[in-house]
Amino acid sequence: MKYLTYLFAGTMFGIILTKSEAVSWFRIQEMFRFESFHMYGIILSAILVGMISLFILKKSGIKALNGEEIIVPDKKFNKGAIYGGLIFGMGWALSGACPGPLYALLGSGVMPVFVVILSALAGTWVYSFFRPRLPH
Amino acid sequence: MIDWIKEPWPWYVSGPLIGLSIPFLLIVGNKMLGISSSLRHTCAAILPAGIPFLKYNWKAETWNLIFALGILIGGFVGGNLLNNGEPIKISEKAKTDIQKLGINNFEGLVPEELFNWETVFSLKGLLILVLGGFLIGFGSRYAGGCTSGHAIMGLSSLQWPSLIAVIFFFIGGLLMTHFIAPLIYSLF
Repeated sequence: MKYLTYLFAGTMFGIILTKSEAVSWFRIQEMFRFESFHMYGIILSAILVGMISLFILKKSGIKALNGEEIIVPDKKFNKGAIYGGLIFGMGWALSGACPGPLYALLGSGVMPVFVVILSALAGTWVYSFFRPRLPH
Repeated sequence: MIDWIKEPWPWYVSGPLIGLSIPFLLIVGNKMLGISSSLRHTCAAILPAGIPFLKYNWKAETWNLIFALGILIGGFVGGNLLNNGEPIKISEKAKTDIQKLGINNFEGLVPEELFNWETVFSLKGLLILVLGGFLIGFGSRYAGGCTSGHAIMGLSSLQWPSLIAVIFFFIGGLLMTHFIAPLIYSLF
Protein backbone atom coordinates (compact mmCIF):
# COMPACT_ATOMS: atom_id res chain seq x y z
CA MET A 1 0.00 0.00 0.00
CA LYS A 2 2.72 2.47 0.98
CA TYR A 3 4.46 1.70 -2.30
CA LEU A 4 1.37 2.90 -4.17
CA THR A 5 2.09 6.36 -2.79
CA TYR A 6 5.57 6.31 -4.31
CA LEU A 7 4.25 4.90 -7.55
CA PHE A 8 1.78 7.78 -7.66
CA ALA A 9 4.49 10.33 -6.78
CA GLY A 10 6.80 8.93 -9.46
CA THR A 11 4.02 8.92 -12.04
CA MET A 12 3.19 12.55 -11.35
CA PHE A 13 6.89 13.40 -11.45
CA GLY A 14 7.25 11.63 -14.79
CA ILE A 15 4.23 13.42 -16.26
CA ILE A 16 5.57 16.79 -15.11
CA LEU A 17 9.08 16.07 -16.44
CA THR A 18 7.66 15.08 -19.80
CA LYS A 19 5.18 17.94 -20.11
CA SER A 20 7.83 20.46 -19.01
CA GLU A 21 9.96 19.14 -21.92
CA ALA A 22 12.88 18.72 -19.49
CA VAL A 23 13.09 15.17 -20.90
CA SER A 24 13.83 16.55 -24.35
CA TRP A 25 17.29 16.19 -25.87
CA PHE A 26 16.55 19.41 -27.78
CA ARG A 27 15.89 21.38 -24.59
CA ILE A 28 19.15 20.18 -23.02
CA GLN A 29 21.15 21.21 -26.09
CA GLU A 30 19.43 24.60 -25.95
CA MET A 31 20.14 24.94 -22.22
CA PHE A 32 23.87 24.31 -22.52
CA ARG A 33 24.00 26.91 -25.30
CA PHE A 34 22.13 29.51 -23.22
CA GLU A 35 19.63 29.91 -26.05
CA SER A 36 16.47 29.86 -23.97
CA PHE A 37 15.43 30.55 -20.39
CA HIS A 38 13.08 27.55 -20.37
CA MET A 39 15.26 24.96 -18.57
CA TYR A 40 16.70 27.54 -16.21
CA GLY A 41 13.17 28.65 -15.36
CA ILE A 42 12.20 25.06 -14.53
CA ILE A 43 15.26 24.39 -12.38
CA LEU A 44 15.21 27.75 -10.57
CA SER A 45 11.48 27.75 -9.85
CA ALA A 46 11.65 24.12 -8.66
CA ILE A 47 14.46 25.08 -6.26
CA LEU A 48 12.57 28.15 -5.06
CA VAL A 49 9.39 26.17 -4.34
CA GLY A 50 11.45 23.41 -2.69
CA MET A 51 13.22 25.98 -0.54
CA ILE A 52 9.98 27.65 0.58
CA SER A 53 8.38 24.25 1.28
CA LEU A 54 11.33 23.13 3.40
CA PHE A 55 11.23 26.42 5.29
CA ILE A 56 7.51 25.97 6.03
CA LEU A 57 8.01 22.33 7.05
CA LYS A 58 10.77 23.36 9.43
CA LYS A 59 8.93 26.32 10.96
CA SER A 60 5.66 24.46 11.42
CA GLY A 61 7.27 21.30 12.80
CA ILE A 62 5.01 19.14 10.63
CA LYS A 63 5.83 15.46 11.06
CA ALA A 64 5.92 12.83 8.36
CA LEU A 65 2.78 10.67 8.10
CA ASN A 66 4.60 7.82 9.88
CA GLY A 67 5.11 10.12 12.86
CA GLU A 68 8.81 10.69 12.28
CA GLU A 69 10.34 14.11 12.56
CA ILE A 70 11.30 15.48 9.14
CA ILE A 71 15.05 15.97 9.01
CA VAL A 72 17.10 16.69 5.90
CA PRO A 73 20.62 15.52 6.77
CA ASP A 74 23.55 17.70 5.75
CA LYS A 75 25.50 16.43 2.77
CA LYS A 76 29.20 16.05 3.46
CA PHE A 77 31.54 17.53 0.89
CA ASN A 78 34.11 15.39 -0.85
CA LYS A 79 36.02 15.91 -4.09
CA GLY A 80 33.60 13.60 -5.84
CA ALA A 81 31.34 16.63 -6.21
CA ILE A 82 34.03 18.10 -8.49
CA TYR A 83 35.26 15.07 -10.45
CA GLY A 84 31.95 13.27 -10.48
CA GLY A 85 30.16 16.53 -11.20
CA LEU A 86 32.29 17.15 -14.27
CA ILE A 87 31.78 13.59 -15.52
CA PHE A 88 28.04 13.67 -14.91
CA GLY A 89 27.71 17.03 -16.64
CA MET A 90 29.48 15.65 -19.70
CA GLY A 91 27.15 12.68 -19.80
CA TRP A 92 24.11 14.93 -19.36
CA ALA A 93 25.12 17.08 -22.33
CA LEU A 94 26.27 14.18 -24.51
CA SER A 95 23.18 12.00 -24.15
CA GLY A 96 20.85 14.96 -23.62
CA ALA A 97 19.28 13.42 -20.54
CA CYS A 98 19.78 12.78 -16.84
CA PRO A 99 18.44 9.80 -14.87
CA GLY A 100 14.82 10.97 -14.37
CA PRO A 101 14.31 11.85 -18.03
CA LEU A 102 15.90 8.54 -19.08
CA TYR A 103 13.12 6.62 -17.32
CA ALA A 104 10.46 9.00 -18.61
CA LEU A 105 11.75 8.75 -22.20
CA LEU A 106 11.72 4.97 -22.07
CA GLY A 107 8.15 5.10 -20.80
CA SER A 108 7.16 7.54 -23.53
CA GLY A 109 8.21 4.93 -26.08
CA VAL A 110 11.76 5.92 -27.08
CA MET A 111 12.98 2.33 -26.82
CA PRO A 112 16.68 2.87 -27.68
CA VAL A 113 16.95 4.80 -24.40
CA PHE A 114 16.97 1.37 -22.77
CA VAL A 115 20.58 1.06 -23.96
CA VAL A 116 21.45 4.42 -22.38
CA ILE A 117 19.95 3.21 -19.08
CA LEU A 118 21.94 -0.03 -19.31
CA SER A 119 25.15 1.91 -19.84
CA ALA A 120 24.25 4.21 -16.93
CA LEU A 121 23.91 1.08 -14.79
CA ALA A 122 27.29 -0.08 -16.11
CA GLY A 123 28.78 3.32 -15.22
CA THR A 124 27.37 3.09 -11.70
CA TRP A 125 28.74 -0.41 -11.30
CA VAL A 126 32.20 0.50 -12.59
CA TYR A 127 32.30 3.51 -10.25
CA SER A 128 31.34 1.25 -7.34
CA PHE A 129 34.14 -1.15 -8.30
CA PHE A 130 36.85 1.50 -8.55
CA ARG A 131 35.53 3.67 -5.72
CA PRO A 132 38.28 2.79 -3.20
CA ARG A 133 40.95 3.84 -5.72
CA LEU A 134 39.37 7.12 -6.82
CA PRO A 135 40.14 10.47 -5.19
CA HIS A 136 37.33 11.63 -2.90
CA MET B 1 -9.21 21.67 -20.15
CA ILE B 2 -7.80 18.55 -21.80
CA ASP B 3 -6.56 20.67 -24.71
CA TRP B 4 -4.64 22.89 -22.33
CA ILE B 5 -3.12 19.94 -20.51
CA LYS B 6 -1.88 18.50 -23.80
CA GLU B 7 0.03 21.68 -24.60
CA PRO B 8 3.62 21.91 -23.30
CA TRP B 9 3.54 23.15 -19.71
CA PRO B 10 5.37 26.45 -19.28
CA TRP B 11 8.34 26.48 -16.91
CA TYR B 12 6.46 28.51 -14.30
CA VAL B 13 3.91 25.72 -14.03
CA SER B 14 6.15 22.65 -14.35
CA GLY B 15 9.09 23.98 -12.29
CA PRO B 16 7.05 24.69 -9.15
CA LEU B 17 5.28 21.32 -9.51
CA ILE B 18 8.68 19.59 -9.59
CA GLY B 19 9.62 21.57 -6.46
CA LEU B 20 6.48 20.31 -4.68
CA SER B 21 7.72 16.73 -5.00
CA ILE B 22 10.20 17.59 -2.21
CA PRO B 23 7.64 18.26 0.56
CA PHE B 24 5.39 15.50 -0.82
CA LEU B 25 8.06 12.81 -0.43
CA LEU B 26 9.11 14.13 2.97
CA ILE B 27 5.57 14.19 4.32
CA VAL B 28 4.43 10.82 2.99
CA GLY B 29 7.51 8.91 4.09
CA ASN B 30 10.41 11.14 5.16
CA LYS B 31 12.11 10.41 1.83
CA MET B 32 14.49 12.68 0.01
CA LEU B 33 14.13 13.25 -3.70
CA GLY B 34 16.95 11.60 -5.64
CA ILE B 35 16.76 9.53 -8.79
CA SER B 36 20.29 8.36 -9.60
CA SER B 37 20.26 6.28 -6.38
CA SER B 38 17.91 3.93 -8.20
CA LEU B 39 20.84 2.99 -10.47
CA ARG B 40 22.92 2.03 -7.43
CA HIS B 41 20.07 0.04 -5.89
CA THR B 42 19.58 -1.82 -9.16
CA CYS B 43 23.29 -2.68 -9.29
CA ALA B 44 23.16 -3.78 -5.65
CA ALA B 45 20.13 -5.94 -6.39
CA ILE B 46 21.33 -7.68 -9.53
CA LEU B 47 25.14 -7.67 -9.50
CA PRO B 48 26.66 -6.77 -6.12
CA ALA B 49 29.70 -8.98 -6.91
CA GLY B 50 31.08 -8.53 -3.41
CA ILE B 51 31.75 -4.81 -3.98
CA PRO B 52 31.55 -3.05 -0.60
CA PHE B 53 29.73 -0.02 -2.08
CA LEU B 54 27.03 -2.34 -3.41
CA LYS B 55 26.68 -4.43 -0.24
CA TYR B 56 23.89 -2.83 1.75
CA ASN B 57 20.23 -3.46 2.38
CA TRP B 58 18.92 -2.13 -0.94
CA LYS B 59 15.51 -3.58 -0.15
CA ALA B 60 15.10 -0.81 2.43
CA GLU B 61 15.27 1.59 -0.54
CA THR B 62 12.62 -0.16 -2.62
CA TRP B 63 10.53 3.02 -2.53
CA ASN B 64 13.17 4.67 -4.74
CA LEU B 65 12.88 1.93 -7.36
CA ILE B 66 9.08 2.18 -7.24
CA PHE B 67 9.39 5.95 -7.69
CA ALA B 68 11.61 5.36 -10.75
CA LEU B 69 9.02 2.92 -12.12
CA GLY B 70 6.42 5.62 -11.60
CA ILE B 71 8.51 8.07 -13.66
CA LEU B 72 8.48 5.52 -16.47
CA ILE B 73 4.67 5.29 -16.28
CA GLY B 74 4.49 9.09 -16.10
CA GLY B 75 6.59 9.26 -19.25
CA PHE B 76 4.07 7.02 -20.97
CA VAL B 77 1.15 9.17 -19.87
CA GLY B 78 2.86 12.50 -20.54
CA GLY B 79 4.47 11.44 -23.78
CA ASN B 80 1.43 9.72 -25.32
CA LEU B 81 -1.94 10.31 -23.67
CA LEU B 82 -1.24 13.95 -22.80
CA ASN B 83 0.81 14.77 -25.89
CA ASN B 84 -0.45 16.89 -28.78
CA GLY B 85 2.34 15.57 -31.01
CA GLU B 86 3.72 19.00 -31.90
CA PRO B 87 7.50 19.36 -32.22
CA ILE B 88 9.22 21.03 -29.26
CA LYS B 89 9.40 24.77 -29.80
CA ILE B 90 13.05 25.42 -29.16
CA SER B 91 14.56 28.75 -30.13
CA GLU B 92 15.64 29.39 -33.72
CA LYS B 93 19.24 29.83 -32.59
CA ALA B 94 19.21 26.42 -30.93
CA LYS B 95 17.74 24.93 -34.10
CA THR B 96 20.54 26.38 -36.21
CA ASP B 97 23.20 25.09 -33.80
CA ILE B 98 21.64 21.62 -33.65
CA GLN B 99 21.51 21.46 -37.45
CA LYS B 100 25.27 22.04 -37.42
CA LEU B 101 25.51 18.65 -35.68
CA GLY B 102 23.78 17.09 -38.66
CA ILE B 103 20.42 16.75 -36.93
CA ASN B 104 17.51 18.04 -39.00
CA ASN B 105 14.49 16.15 -37.68
CA PHE B 106 12.92 18.18 -34.87
CA GLU B 107 9.90 15.91 -34.33
CA GLY B 108 9.43 14.16 -31.00
CA LEU B 109 11.15 14.53 -27.64
CA VAL B 110 14.52 13.33 -28.93
CA PRO B 111 16.01 13.36 -32.45
CA GLU B 112 15.04 10.25 -34.34
CA GLU B 113 18.35 10.47 -36.22
CA LEU B 114 20.18 9.65 -33.00
CA PHE B 115 17.75 7.53 -31.01
CA ASN B 116 17.14 4.63 -33.38
CA TRP B 117 18.34 1.04 -33.12
CA GLU B 118 20.65 1.25 -36.11
CA THR B 119 22.51 4.22 -34.61
CA VAL B 120 22.58 2.73 -31.11
CA PHE B 121 24.57 -0.23 -32.42
CA SER B 122 26.97 1.85 -34.50
CA LEU B 123 30.18 3.68 -33.58
CA LYS B 124 28.19 6.93 -33.46
CA GLY B 125 25.73 5.45 -30.99
CA LEU B 126 28.59 4.04 -28.94
CA LEU B 127 30.32 7.42 -28.70
CA ILE B 128 27.17 9.42 -28.01
CA LEU B 129 24.50 7.28 -26.35
CA VAL B 130 26.44 4.45 -24.71
CA LEU B 131 29.30 6.69 -23.56
CA GLY B 132 26.80 9.36 -22.52
CA GLY B 133 24.87 6.88 -20.39
CA PHE B 134 28.06 5.52 -18.87
CA LEU B 135 29.21 9.01 -17.85
CA ILE B 136 25.77 9.73 -16.35
CA GLY B 137 25.92 6.59 -14.19
CA PHE B 138 29.58 6.91 -13.23
CA GLY B 139 29.48 10.65 -12.62
CA SER B 140 26.23 10.84 -10.69
CA ARG B 141 27.33 8.22 -8.19
CA TYR B 142 30.82 9.74 -7.92
CA ALA B 143 29.22 13.14 -7.29
CA GLY B 144 26.69 11.64 -4.87
CA GLY B 145 23.63 12.66 -6.86
CA CYS B 146 22.25 13.97 -10.12
CA THR B 147 20.02 16.84 -11.17
CA SER B 148 17.25 15.80 -8.77
CA GLY B 149 19.32 14.99 -5.68
CA HIS B 150 21.89 17.77 -5.98
CA ALA B 151 20.31 20.55 -8.07
CA ILE B 152 16.70 20.35 -6.88
CA MET B 153 16.87 18.69 -3.44
CA GLY B 154 20.39 19.78 -2.48
CA LEU B 155 20.06 23.43 -3.46
CA SER B 156 16.55 23.69 -1.97
CA SER B 157 17.98 22.59 1.36
CA LEU B 158 20.94 25.00 1.00
CA GLN B 159 23.64 22.33 0.94
CA TRP B 160 26.86 23.88 -0.25
CA PRO B 161 28.38 20.55 -1.43
CA SER B 162 25.41 20.35 -3.81
CA LEU B 163 26.16 23.84 -5.10
CA ILE B 164 29.73 22.75 -5.92
CA ALA B 165 28.38 19.62 -7.63
CA VAL B 166 25.87 21.61 -9.69
CA ILE B 167 28.52 24.15 -10.74
CA PHE B 168 30.65 21.26 -11.99
CA PHE B 169 27.62 19.64 -13.70
CA PHE B 170 27.42 22.80 -15.75
CA ILE B 171 31.16 23.10 -16.36
CA GLY B 172 31.13 19.48 -17.60
CA GLY B 173 28.04 20.11 -19.71
CA LEU B 174 29.49 23.25 -21.27
CA LEU B 175 32.82 21.55 -22.05
CA MET B 176 30.95 18.70 -23.69
CA THR B 177 28.50 20.87 -25.65
CA HIS B 178 31.00 23.41 -26.93
CA PHE B 179 34.25 21.47 -27.30
CA ILE B 180 33.99 17.68 -27.11
CA ALA B 181 30.61 16.89 -28.69
CA PRO B 182 31.34 18.94 -31.86
CA LEU B 183 34.47 16.80 -32.34
CA ILE B 184 32.51 13.58 -31.86
CA TYR B 185 29.78 14.67 -34.30
CA SER B 186 32.40 15.79 -36.84
CA LEU B 187 33.51 12.15 -37.16
CA PHE B 188 30.22 11.20 -38.81
